Order: sequence, then C-alpha cells, then structure tokens
Amino acid sequence: MKARIRKIGVWIEETHAEGGRAINPPTRKAVAAAVIENPYAGQYVEDLSVLIDIGAELGGLLGKKAVAALGIAPHEVQSYGKAAMVGENGELEHAAALLHPKMGAPLRLAVDKGAALVPSSKKRGGMGQDLDIPLGHKDAAYVRSHFDGVEIRFNDAPRANEILVAIAVTDSGRPLARVGGLRHDEAGGKDGLR
Amino acid sequence: MFELEIRKIALNVEEIYHEGGPVAETPLLRGACFAVISNPFAGRFVPEIQGFMDDLRPLGIDLASRLAVALGGADKIEGYGKGALVGAAGEVEHGALWHAPGGYAMREVIGGAKAIVPSAKKVGGPGTRLDVPITHINASYVRSHFDSMEVGLNDAPRADELLFALVMTTGPRIHARSGGLEAWGIKGEDGLR
Repeated sequence: MKARIRKIGVWIEETHAEGGRAINPPTRKAVAAAVIENPYAGQYVEDLSVLIDIGAELGGLLGKKAVAALGIAPHEVQSYGKAAMVGENGELEHAAALLHPKMGAPLRLAVDKGAALVPSSKKRGGMGQDLDIPLGHKDAAYVRSHFDGVEIRFNDAPRANEILVAIAVTDSGRPLARVGGLRHDEAGGKDGLR
Repeated sequence: MFELEIRKIALNVEEIYHEGGPVAETPLLRGACFAVISNPFAGRFVPEIQGFMDDLRPLGIDLASRLAVALGGADKIEGYGKGALVGAAGEVEHGALWHAPGGYAMREVIGGAKAIVPSAKKVGGPGTRLDVPITHINASYVRSHFDSMEVGLNDAPRADELLFALVMTTGPRIHARSGGLEAWGIKGEDGLR
C-alpha cells in the first residue's frame, strides 16, 4: 500500500420508514471512507502521481468494503458515488488526483460493471466537517429514482495534513421515489446514460 | 404496550490504525449501532412511561447483536457505552428509558459483563451529535479503555423521535500510555477494578 492510512470508517444506513410509510424491504446505503496522510501537504508539487496511485488502491479497498457492508453480491449494487475532503494544508487538486484518474476501474470491479460516470464531490475542510457524497445509478446515469446523497463525518478528521476519501454504494434508490423519469428496471445500462 | 416504530437503523464502524504513533498490526475497532424511532410520548407530559422499556428490549438485542458481529464477535468486545438523543418535542427523561433495555442487551450479547455501562443523553434536533462515553466491560477503572464515540445522523432526531445508540470497542485507545489500572490487572468481581 502506498497509502498511509490512519483510520477507516464504514457506515450503513437503513431506512425503514419515510413520510410516515413503511419501507419494506428497507432502502440501504453504505459508505467506506479512509483517512490518509497527504504526501503533498504544505507544498506545491507538479506531479501528483503518488496520489493518483493511492486513488487506485482506495478504489478497490473502499469499494469492496462498502459492498461487503451491505452483504450483497457486486451486481446487486444499484448506485454509487465518491468524494474527498482535503485537510487545510492541501489543495483541491489533491482530491482530484485521488478521485478521477485511476479510482474508477478498481471501483467498477467491486460493483460489477458500472457503465455510468461515478458522481463525485470534493472540498477542503477540517475535523468534524460533513462530507456529502452524491449518488447516481451505476449503469445508467439518467435513472431518476437513484439520484441521492449520503453524509458522513469523522469528529477527528481530516487533520491539516490528511485527506478523507469516501466511496458510497446502495442496493436501492430513494424511498418513495415518485418524480418520474427513467426507472431502474427500464435502464439498458449500455451507454452509461440510459 | 407502545408501538415500536423504527424509521432508521445505522451502523458505523471505525478501524483505527494509528494516531501519529506506531501503526497497529491489528486495528482497534470502535463501532456504534443506533436506531431512530418514534417517541410515543412526544408533545405532552405522560406520567407513567416505564412500560416502554419492555417494548425496547428486542430493539436493544437487535442493535447489540449487529454491533458485536460487525466488530468480529461478542468475544472481541472489551469496551462499551450507550446514549440517547431526544427530539425537541420530548423530555430528557424519555432518553433515560434506554438505560435498562440498552444496557442489559449488551450484557446479554457480550455475556457476563460486570461494569456499569456509561451513558450520555440530551435533547437535540436533526444533525445533533452525541458523544457516547466508553469504559471497560468488566472494570470501570481500567484507564486504557476510557474512550468515546460520536454518533448522529443528518436527519434525526426529528421533534417526535428518539435516537437510541449502543457503542462497543475491541480494545484500548490506539496509543494508550497514561497508566492506571491495566486490563490485565483487574479482578473483575465488583465491576470497578
């Protein structure tokens, strides 16, 4: 591992009722997040390849952990998302290096396919700050019932020289989705869009 | 009998490898499992509330069992704690109803824990975080196991809801070195030392 990991957090959230109605089976989301040392904290470095490689490592590690947390087979994952929060001594570009060049391929192995773009967010922040991870259908980005998000936070991360990196997966869309659009069971999943 | 209406169940497990010192071969696991439920007493003063404790027992067992499994099994648990958040239309006293069903559920799942289960409770709105205290399961004075874990959800508790949490750990703080009673030195008879 190139990443120096201080801690890993896994969150599972089940929704059993929404709007006063029972949700059966409950919708479920899982997030796996790592707090890593930022090798470029406090300095401008042109070549971000170490973080790019760490992004690949974490795509596999966190993707597998999140799917395992739901106890489902990879092909049963319905939506996914990723996000990073860079501690105050880092750059936004450090988050980009983790998330965009190499994280996708190992993450897609963990969720079986994943034709759609992985929705993402990034920001700089400090300990105890909320990180909202966007969610979208993994094979067809236009599936409207699966646009959602999930929030995580660590009270003690990211420290100034750290980065918080998170991957979220679900086995379902929003509870009580009813604003129309493309449905999960209609998605072709070939072009990543519909 | 009161209706037990569950809106959400959440599980959060942290694997802690280091905190600036040597990297542990086996990470400390610290986890919380909690439920967001309807508060049957919200919005009015109800004098007799104790019956709800019996209704909460299955929830306590469910949360304690899930948490122990997530941390590698009941035999791995060395620390515990519990907490309650009460939505705005409730009283802090409603949070106190979690003491018996939450505590006894953990003891039943872990098997024979002797120390009192430390706890915290407060009234708050959605997004409020609660710091749940943690102590050793058999001897409250074990200094290496004093810890805490923050729990909460962005959308809970709503005004008419309760959030009941259980917390467990698999060992001492990751770089514990502040002395005091050690886990290997306890008698484990009175729950204190």
